[in-house]
Amino acid sequence: MEQHSSVTVRQPLILGKKTYHQISEDIAKPIEGKANGLFKIVFTISALLALWGVGCFAYTIGTGIGVWGLNKTVGWAWDITNFVWWVGIGHAGTLISAILLLFRQRWRMSINRSAEAMTIFAVICAALFPVMHMGRVWVAYWVLPLPNQFGSLWVNFNSPLLWDVFAISTYFTVSLVFWYTGLIPDFATIRDRQMKPRMRKIYNILSFGWSGSAKQWSRFEEVSLVLAGLSTPLVLSVHTIVSMDFATSVIPGWHTTIFPPYFVAGAIFSGFAMVLTLLIIMRKVLHLEDYITISHIENMNKVIILTGSIVGVAYLTELFVSWYSGVEYEQYAFLNRATGPYWWSYWSMMTCNVITPQLFWFKKIRKSLIATFIISIFVNIGMWFERFVIIVTSLHRDYIPSSWTMFHPSFVDIGIFIGTIGIFFTLFLLFSRTFPVIALSELKTILKSTSENPKPPHH
Amino acid sequence: MSNKVIYGVFEDEEILLNSAKALRSKGVRIADVFSPFPIHGLDPVIGIKPTRLSNAAFFYGLFGTSFAVWMTWYMLISDWPMNIGGKPNFNWMLNMPAFIPVTFELTVFCAAHGMVLSYLLVNKLYPGRKPHNPDPRSTDDKFIMEIRTTENGKHNEADIMNVLRETGAVEINHKELK
Repeated sequence: MEQHSSVTVRQPLILGKKTYHQISEDIAKPIEGKANGLFKIVFTISALLALWGVGCFAYTIGTGIGVWGLNKTVGWAWDITNFVWWVGIGHAGTLISAILLLFRQRWRMSINRSAEAMTIFAVICAALFPVMHMGRVWVAYWVLPLPNQFGSLWVNFNSPLLWDVFAISTYFTVSLVFWYTGLIPDFATIRDRQMKPRMRKIYNILSFGWSGSAKQWSRFEEVSLVLAGLSTPLVLSVHTIVSMDFATSVIPGWHTTIFPPYFVAGAIFSGFAMVLTLLIIMRKVLHLEDYITISHIENMNKVIILTGSIVGVAYLTELFVSWYSGVEYEQYAFLNRATGPYWWSYWSMMTCNVITPQLFWFKKIRKSLIATFIISIFVNIGMWFERFVIIVTSLHRDYIPSSWTMFHPSFVDIGIFIGTIGIFFTLFLLFSRTFPVIALSELKTILKSTSENPKPPHH
Repeated sequence: MSNKVIYGVFEDEEILLNSAKALRSKGVRIADVFSPFPIHGLDPVIGIKPTRLSNAAFFYGLFGTSFAVWMTWYMLISDWPMNIGGKPNFNWMLNMPAFIPVTFELTVFCAAHGMVLSYLLVNKLYPGRKPHNPDPRSTDDKFIMEIRTTENGKHNEADIMNVLRETGAVEINHKELK
């Protein structure tokens, strides 16, 4: 059909001589097999980090957010840095599954499932931070527009922080149902392979009793398409609204109109880096090299060059606009970022986000797993620093020099951040051994047009 | 008149599609097809009408928009107007730009969740439902066509099976219904 003319010039997306059955076998293997020693070690480490984070969360709730390193000048620091960092990471999953679906990019099919899982786990980690920053988490429901007894005081719909509540909760729940809708047929494949009644029962519950009839598939395709269409503006709106937390304020370095597109590009940039970090390990550990091929890695690296360059241009535009604006506060904010006491975080951000991804212009580097892995880690670090730079350097020297100060994270700040990394990896590792990590029913639809065997053997 | 179900098992979706076309041209009704992935072009052949789920999604979205407009108007304009940062609080239209994000999010929220709930409902998908695909291989690599003899009174059972065999079915099973 539409794809056939392009097949000859493109790399195959599925390597090896696969049949439909072989795809089911390969993807079911991690679920049905036993975990090896390496998995157990990595899982234990992640779970311990997660536990440590939970301990720090409990300490924060019990004592109050005074245990963090915040002070009266720097009232936002690691918490919001981590929040924006995690939400941004989540964006790649939605981009891959929704925007690439609308663009009919078939290479998304090998990676969308795990990228969406990453989205969901990242948004869980992100949401913990604003909730914790409320201090009194047991009244977190006050952010909802509920009729209440405190006087008829409703929530403030003018506030970007409230927009965040709506954006993040919509984003999380819609991503979750989008992911699960796609999982249902694949759970059915796993279910129908099981001999043991217990496994059959578990996967039958997870598969919602899917049977794969023609009508079900027809509705399935419609729902996938419409959810992709809804998720596309949604994902753009989420980081736009996150950036408005800053852009609608009057803090120098925050009060700029460039923030929404700049944040969205940065989010996709960091998200793709995290997808690469995870998938380069996952394809090896779960033996999925035939499905997540070097071409997939290369395609993602191209997205990294594009979004990394957008981010670089945004940094330079910010500098130019601060000079051109003629506002001395704005000019000082940027001078202070580059040459003030936090110069190291600014230049770490510049090196990791602007310079390292440019290496992907070289095909050799783009196709090298080790280089890609290292650069993806650099981008993850750089994007964390970007948020840290924006938040802390703009705050720590405010309008009155007598209140200038530095931010020092306490052990709780560090513990919570490390804890969310632990939670993220624990969830992802659990996912990789219990869920079909590749959208196998979707992948089967492109087997004929894009594998090394143009026609699967018939008997 | 026997009450039987005939299952034609295929190994390839294109062969099944051609077989379905051949059967339909003879006037045989096909009750259903079970496959591991969607077969494009099958729906019109076996007489499945396009789903109206996306129309439903549009109306759920419209509901979300209206609800958000009503909610922002009621809470911040009508019930308890407040002067927040000097933003006009006496008229919904003047305050509207600040309400766009929440209105947009609620539109997407209602459209997406309404559609998915309708999808699960019409497809009868819920945790604990018994799957009704006739053969466990149909979620792996087999494509199964279901033909009911009660729906095909004019056609001889053997004829149908012959067409299935000639058009490439690798297995033909049948089941007596009570």
